Amino acid sequence: MPDDIGIAPSDNVQPLPPVDGIRALRWARQNLFGSWFHTVLTLASAALVATVAFGLIRWAIHEARWEVIPANLKLLLVGTYPTDQMWRVWMTLYLAVLLLGFSGARRGGSIRRISEVAAGASILLGILPLSLGVRVWILGTALSVAIGFGLGCLTLRNGGSSVKRVELAAWLLSVPASVILLNGVGGILPVVEARAQWGFLLNLLGATVGICLSLPLGVLLALGRRSQLPAVRWVCVAYIEIIRGVPLITLLFMANIMLQILLPDSIRIELVVRAMLTITAFSAAYMAENVRGGLQAIPKGQREAAHALGLNSILTTALIVLPQAIRAVIPAIVGQAIALFKDTTLFGFIGILELLSVSRSVAANLEWRGTVFELYVFIGLLFWILCYSMSYVGRRIEKALGVGQR
Amino acid sequence: MFRPRVIPSHSLRLWRDTRVLRVVGQAVFLAAVAAGAWWLLVNLQANLRSSGLNLSFRFLRHTAGFPISEGIRYSPTDSNGHAFWVGFVNTARIAAIGIVLATVVGVLVGVARLSANWLVRKLAALYVEAIRNIPLPVQLFFWYFAVILTGLPAASNSIRLPGAIYLSRRGLCMPWLIPTASFATWRWFLVGGAVSAVVVYAFRRLQLKRIDRPGIPILWSVATLLLAGTVGWCITAGRPLALDVPVFERFNFEGGIWLSASFLALLVGLTTYTGAFIAEIVRAGIQAVDRGQVEAAKALGLRRRNLLRLVVLPQAMRVILPPLGSQYLSLAKNSSLGILIGYYDLLNVSTTIFNQTGRAVEMMLLIMGSYLSLSFLFSFTLNYYNRRMQPVEK
Amino acid sequence: MRRAFSVVALLVLAVSLCAVGQQTLEAVLARGKLVVGVNAALPGFGYLNATTGQFSGFDVDYGRAIAAAIGVGIEFVPLTEGERFTALQTGQIDVLIHNTTWTLTRDSREMGLDFCPTTFYDGQGFLVRRADGISSISDMDGATVCMTSGTGTEGNLADAFRERGLELRAQAFSDTEVAFAAYEAGACDCFTSDKSQLASLRSTASVPDDHTILPDTITREPLGPVVRHGDDEWFDIVKWVVFATFFAEEYGITQANVATSESSNPEVRRFLGIEGGMGAKLGLTEDWAVNAIAAVGNYGELFARHLEPLGIKREGSPNALYTEGGLIYSPQWR
Repeated sequence: MPDDIGIAPSDNVQPLPPVDGIRALRWARQNLFGSWFHTVLTLASAALVATVAFGLIRWAIHEARWEVIPANLKLLLVGTYPTDQMWRVWMTLYLAVLLLGFSGARRGGSIRRISEVAAGASILLGILPLSLGVRVWILGTALSVAIGFGLGCLTLRNGGSSVKRVELAAWLLSVPASVILLNGVGGILPVVEARAQWGFLLNLLGATVGICLSLPLGVLLALGRRSQLPAVRWVCVAYIEIIRGVPLITLLFMANIMLQILLPDSIRIELVVRAMLTITAFSAAYMAENVRGGLQAIPKGQREAAHALGLNSILTTALIVLPQAIRAVIPAIVGQAIALFKDTTLFGFIGILELLSVSRSVAANLEWRGTVFELYVFIGLLFWILCYSMSYVGRRIEKALGVGQR
Repeated sequence: MFRPRVIPSHSLRLWRDTRVLRVVGQAVFLAAVAAGAWWLLVNLQANLRSSGLNLSFRFLRHTAGFPISEGIRYSPTDSNGHAFWVGFVNTARIAAIGIVLATVVGVLVGVARLSANWLVRKLAALYVEAIRNIPLPVQLFFWYFAVILTGLPAASNSIRLPGAIYLSRRGLCMPWLIPTASFATWRWFLVGGAVSAVVVYAFRRLQLKRIDRPGIPILWSVATLLLAGTVGWCITAGRPLALDVPVFERFNFEGGIWLSASFLALLVGLTTYTGAFIAEIVRAGIQAVDRGQVEAAKALGLRRRNLLRLVVLPQAMRVILPPLGSQYLSLAKNSSLGILIGYYDLLNVSTTIFNQTGRAVEMMLLIMGSYLSLSFLFSFTLNYYNRRMQPVEK
Repeated sequence: MRRAFSVVALLVLAVSLCAVGQQTLEAVLARGKLVVGVNAALPGFGYLNATTGQFSGFDVDYGRAIAAAIGVGIEFVPLTEGERFTALQTGQIDVLIHNTTWTLTRDSREMGLDFCPTTFYDGQGFLVRRADGISSISDMDGATVCMTSGTGTEGNLADAFRERGLELRAQAFSDTEVAFAAYEAGACDCFTSDKSQLASLRSTASVPDDHTILPDTITREPLGPVVRHGDDEWFDIVKWVVFATFFAEEYGITQANVATSESSNPEVRRFLGIEGGMGAKLGLTEDWAVNAIAAVGNYGELFARHLEPLGIKREGSPNALYTEGGLIYSPQWR
């Protein structure tokens, strides 16, 4: 186009209408005060939030006695675990974060992010005004993450496919290894008595064991429910429906008593083991329903193709159907895991001193009278952080595995 | 000539014949289950015999001896069976009220999460995320100790709400209607009114069906019932119902209806907890409705009110109902946590009966039977509504 | 077929029945430790110190005495009121020392338990706030009363109120700590339990002097160790360990002097195991009584160590020695 026409290329673009006012005010007017109804709503909510928030902050700063938490931290978190054996609890934690760092380095993504968060959190917690010994242990966590990370990077370069199997085996074995480490084995490690007083450690242990055991059991139940053999199917259906119809606290109370009555005198199952068996049996029924939903979503063509390839039913189920089914219901499984973790607080009802019960005995202490709310806030925050992280991880796993997109 | 090679069936190895394998497999499985159950039963018999308890339900007729301060009419001289029934009614009561309130809360918060108002949206999200990740026992203890017992005043200076309603640390006391002598005659008018209400409902439905108009003539039935009631009231001599106003005696309020602090704490706890989950379900349901439906409805000129009622909600209900039903069941089951804060629900009463009589197996059967019957009731109703909600396949 | 079935069942039952009784002492010796069911949250009787992990209390020490008499180690199992009897009946514990009241129902074949001599004579009472101005149970018409469920407390309370024609509003919690916290927070006007428990709980209140224990005692609550039906030998052992503490106090044998004690009194000599062969009659070694007293002391020392700090007095109560008007009385050591 000749120069003297005087139309610059940019002049062809329609200019935007002029915007009036500052961007923030415009946003506020749109989102907060759109109509008179919304204005009223905004003002009412803002007033409510302000009252509650100010009341809480005022209480938290002036009236709350936060010393109760650091003073009883060991009691709340590990209960009456003998102080001279505490290194075993730390070793269990180190094992977990080592594996986390290892897998994080090899796979990247959300696992890596979690290991970074763990390392960062432990460094931050190491700054808190706790005793020097404890701080050293806490910082050791960051060190374990680093070691795991380093190992992971090493094997990334040099190792082969066998490293993947080692990794999977390590993760699977870490749960029984942790249990043995914490519990002790006669002869090698001194057995820690009074297992029913381990505080928050019991919640974590119960949830971990429960999730790890109830998922395979739930898969078996779901497969049994869809079985062609009527005997197997009816037994599984009866089990699932009965367990799902009864609340967990009832089941805990009854199983506690029935397991004593139904077993001969020579077999003594300990209280904590009874509770863990109950919560596993309870959760397995819910996992079975979730997995069943996933199994129903697998199109018949998958099975037919597998049969055409010559795979028998067991191989079809194990290699073709189950992986797809479980991937499809990961949100439900993660939700069930979170619910299981929250349900471990009910252990206190049958006399196990987990976090909630320990906090009640701390509050009953003469020195800490009236600090119930501080303790509940602490417990609420602890659970909230862990459960929210679990649901975040679930969402990331969902996204990574492409659930709902294939 | 080509002769196809047929493998005669008698040469098929027994252990490769799937029919045999199926039967043998089931037999082995059943044998294992039966053996396990038999072993457990033997131990059970031994333990029961050594402690002197044989399976029998006769203890249900024995005097209970312990007090239950909430619920239908009960005194410690009533039988264990009646005590169990009181506990069951208490559970049903809190489950029913809790379900209604939780639905209201859930729908409000669920809709709020999709609101155009940023503040409301964020507050709803905060509420849901906070409540869902904190265990229910912690929340119940918080509501009972932190809010009710500490936040509310002692009974002697209760908060007085209009209409002689008193709120205090001991609970909520409200005036209640109690039947007087002339209630018996008035009752017949109510019965007659109910019958005619049903008749009017059926009649109106037939009428509407004939002219092919949708509608649920609830208003007609209710109007008929009210008419019969008012007519009966005017006709019967004296007042059939009297107002029982709570009056503060030395320790507590006497008269009226009393909802204990445990009941209130449990109700608030269950409502907020289940409401958060219902909010997520409602949100998922509304978001599941295709945008095209909303746009098409708007293009047809439907007002927002009719749009929600006729287009969005019926389709959303299909997605909402199954998980909603399981949340209701979960609320009914979570009501058993009332034992932690002293509410006399089914589990509380059952554990007391168990402690007093030592009858473990019988009480276990009773407790499980009650909860299972509640659960089956819910599933049955849910399946019925689910089937009705399914799109009619042409 | 059905007959063969029932014969087999009966045989199995008979075998298991024989196996249940008379087995406890052998089982304890084989195991090398005694399993005792105790309270973990009742200071003075059974209390678990959370920082040290040690159990302490009146009942706990009786458990230690029994273990020392047999010569084995000890394991304490903390139990709630709701599960204590099942744990004993099913063999999870060997002896239950848990503030258990001796009642006919529990002693009979209805629950299948045997009660050893009462170690503490208690009664059910009421704890109220001084500010409420309640002086006796008759002032409590229409009051709300808090208590722990799973004990006989509820029934006794209902009986007492019914007898006096008073109206009762009850609040029962599964956990004693929760129940007391609710009482303190104002959910109830009164807290009811055994008076010893009331004294113990009152000492943990934020202002103990705000509360007072009413003089009314509505029931007799004899507390003592409990064992299962069907094992007479074990019952005798636990019984006589308790009597040993009574005897030791009557004859001035204390934890300090029992090892070096000498006496010319033949009964005391039989007690100390110097002569008489009393231990063999029970199936224990001859120094069983000496070991028991050396471990925990006599009755007076136990009482002084655990219960007097709670403010529970012995003088004038049934817990005094019989020579001082009480009920603590040992049978003959012969």
